[in-house]
This record gives sequence, C-alpha cells and structure tokens, in this order.
Amino acid sequence: MNTLTPLFTAQPSGEATGNIWDWDFALEIFPEILTAFIQVTLLVTVVGTAIAAILGLVIAILIRVLPTPLALIVRWAANFIRMTPIVVQLLVLYYGFTWMDPLLIGFIVFGIHYATYMSEVYRAGIESVPKGQWEATKALSMSAGRTWRRVVIPQALRSTIPSLGNYAISMFKDTPFLFVISVAEMVSVAQDLGAQTFRYTEAITIAGLIFLAASYPTALLINRLEKRLAYAN
Amino acid sequence: MDWLDQQQQYFETLQNFGPRLWDGFLLTVQLTLVGAALAFVIAVILGLMAGSPNLWLRGPARVIIEFFRGTSLLVQLFWVYYVLPLFGLTLESAFTVGVIALGVNYGAYGAEAVRASLTSVASGQWEATVALSMSWPHKIRRIIFPQAWALMIPSLTNLLVHLLKGSAIVYIVGLNDFNWELDQLRRVTDAWFSYAFIGLIAYFLFALLLTQGMRLLEIRAKHRLGQGPTIREILSPTPKMPIASAHPGSAPLVPGGKAPGGQG
Repeated sequence: MNTLTPLFTAQPSGEATGNIWDWDFALEIFPEILTAFIQVTLLVTVVGTAIAAILGLVIAILIRVLPTPLALIVRWAANFIRMTPIVVQLLVLYYGFTWMDPLLIGFIVFGIHYATYMSEVYRAGIESVPKGQWEATKALSMSAGRTWRRVVIPQALRSTIPSLGNYAISMFKDTPFLFVISVAEMVSVAQDLGAQTFRYTEAITIAGLIFLAASYPTALLINRLEKRLAYAN
Repeated sequence: MDWLDQQQQYFETLQNFGPRLWDGFLLTVQLTLVGAALAFVIAVILGLMAGSPNLWLRGPARVIIEFFRGTSLLVQLFWVYYVLPLFGLTLESAFTVGVIALGVNYGAYGAEAVRASLTSVASGQWEATVALSMSWPHKIRRIIFPQAWALMIPSLTNLLVHLLKGSAIVYIVGLNDFNWELDQLRRVTDAWFSYAFIGLIAYFLFALLLTQGMRLLEIRAKHRLGQGPTIREILSPTPKMPIASAHPGSAPLVPGGKAPGGQG
C-alpha cells in the first residue's frame, strides 16, 4: 500500500489518468458501489440494529433485576465490550471461529457492541418511569413479568427512540470496519475499484457521499422526532 | 493438560515478543493523544464558529461538521491517504495521515459537544459579559469557556474512548500500531491469546485510565466553578470532610445539604 503514494506524484497531470475527477469513470463505478452499499452495508446495519435493540433491552433489564453481584458482572462485561475496539472484536471472532461466515461475524459483533450502548439508553428510559408507576403495579399485585411488559417498558421505550436511532447511524458509519475481516462492504469495494485502476478519488468520494446522503437526512429526521417527543412531554 | 501447556508456551513467546508489542502499544497511545489534541483544537474552533450568531461563521462550520460527521472514518482515512496527494499534499509519514483522519473525524463530533455546552451556559452569564463590555476573547476565555468546559467533559470523554477504538483501524495505512503487532503475535500464537487476552484487555485498561483521567479533569473544572470538592479531597483516604471546612471562604452548609449562594 505504501508504494501507491509516489505513483501519483510521478504521474504527469493533464493526461486522462491525471485528472483529479473523471465523470465517466465515476458513473461507470457508481452502480457497483451502490450494490455493495445495499447488499452489505445496509444489511449489516439493519440486522445489527435489530440484534442490538433487543439485546440492549435484555441487558438493561438483567442489570435491574439480577442480584447485585451478578448485575455487576453483567455491567462490567458490557463496559468491557463498549470500551474495546470493534476492529479487534471482529478480528477475534474472525480468526477464532474460522468456520463462521464473516458476514455473520459482522452481525454478531455489531449487534453485541451496540447492544451495550443501547442498554445505557434503555437504563435511562427505565429510570425515567415514575416511582408511582412501580408502586401502582404492586398495589394492583401485578406479576413482575406483567409489570415490565405492560407498564414499565411501554413508558420507558418512548423516550429512547431518538437515542437508539442515533446509535443505529453510528453503527452504520462503523460498518466499513468490516474491511478488516474481508467482507466486501462498500468502502472495501470502492478501495478495490481504486486499486484496479489507480483512480481512488472517484471511488472513495462516491462511497463517502453515499454515507452522507444516507445518514444526514436520517439524523435530521431523528432530530425532529426528538423535538416532538420533548414537546409532547 | 494440553491446553495449559499451550498457554504456557504462548506466554514464553510473549516474553520474546514483549518489546515489539510495547512499542506498538506506545504508538497507539501516541496516536490517541496526538489525535485527541488535534481533535480538541478543531472541536473548539468549529464549535465556537457553529455557536456564533454570524451566518458567515456558522454556515461553513455547519457544512464542515456535517460533512465529517456524515462520512465514515475509514472513508476519510482513505481520502487523506489517496486523494490529498493529488492536490499536491503528500504526507510523508503514515502517522500524520492517521492523526489527521482521527483528528478531523472526532473533531467534528467534538464540535457539536462544544457548541451544545456553549448554549447551555446560563444566558445571564452572556448578558453579564455584554454589560461589562468585555472583549470577545476575554469573555470567552474568562467567563464562558470555563463554564462550558465543565459541561462538555462527559461528551469529550466518550469521544476520547471512541477515538482510541477508532485508532485500531489506522494500521491499514502502514502503521505498526498495537493492533498490527497483535496480528503479528496472533501468527505465532492464536487469536484468543493475542487479540482477546492481550489486546482487548490492554485496550480496555487504557480506555479506563483515560476515562478516570477525564473524570479528575471534570472534578477540577467543577471545583474551580465553586461546585463540588477538590481532587485531593476525593483521593484522600480519610473520610470526606464537610465542604465548609475545606473552603474557608465559602459559606457553611445549611441543614438541607445544599450550599447557599450562587455558583460560577
């Protein structure tokens, strides 16, 4: 990889390959990059978010209902996963379970890693449920399961949706890390296209713009939702 | 006891490998600290611009922030590595490439934290600086920023951990950082030993150290605003002193537990 940098400086400008931006080439490679985006990047984001949203809730409830020593173990395990690099976590499973499909490893690692973030969001949501609600379920002698399902979780979830959305966007922008376990997601496809032709500008820029085009409107939407929820409260 | 024998063998390999691994770890520490310093400078500049009422300052800052937040770190890393040379900006060392990519990416995130904490400073404080006709640098440096600083530290702590985690990817531009050396160690041992046992734990401990350091900074920043105890009081093994005796100048505690008088 280090040999590529001098290639550019040695090349005379003005030639077809010397232009900084070539529209024809950009149009030619765009479909390929977009395909990788839909087939891998979006897929990992959707599946990863689904796993993280469910597992995060499970972690948050476990920390709340387990006896203190066990809850502490779960909390520190979550901290451990949250504070270590996704890249290294991907590599552990990639080389540790060679029989596993890299894409599956991607689902698992992104799902679990972001579940630890989302569990914090749920924790805050659960804590925001007024104490009176808990006391009321006790007064009505509701079972623990019913209390959680019917009273606590519906109220806790409402305020968490914007934060969960923000973490989903975060995960989306972390998916290029799949590069290290040789999953053909968008940025590695773009890098490959660049390597074949020694024209990186178009491929890398298109990949970046697709990220921007997908994440910025979503972020704006979440922002509006957040304001609306705040207003409703 | 096959498994135990193997682990023992791995530990022997680790002893030969130790210096290399340590060098890699130090490189990761450098990347994190230098990257964070750059990110902080970018965050403060962009954050002040984005918080300004002047559209000519706010507009460009918003575009830059959203651009670097919206495109992924890896894209930016490739961009600095492959595309900047086309504009005549060839970066000689891979370290600079890594630091710039980490700095601009997390700097843009940090700018949002800076902007948000600037707007959280009580409006009376802003008005007071106007009433005293303070110059802009004076009021930011002496009045607004010290208060915003205490508010922004928790967000910056999160970003610092993110930056540390993000630094594990920069080996792809040819840096022999900790993650790279772990990969070398994996080749002679196995993934569980090198990545999980050595790598994840070392990253975790470093991240823990960073968060605790930032916590101390937050305590100090709050103390300087007249909120909460000093670092020394928190670290001292003796039972907590009442706040009143620790600060001869401040008013004694009222029975309700809340110190009377304003803060900051």
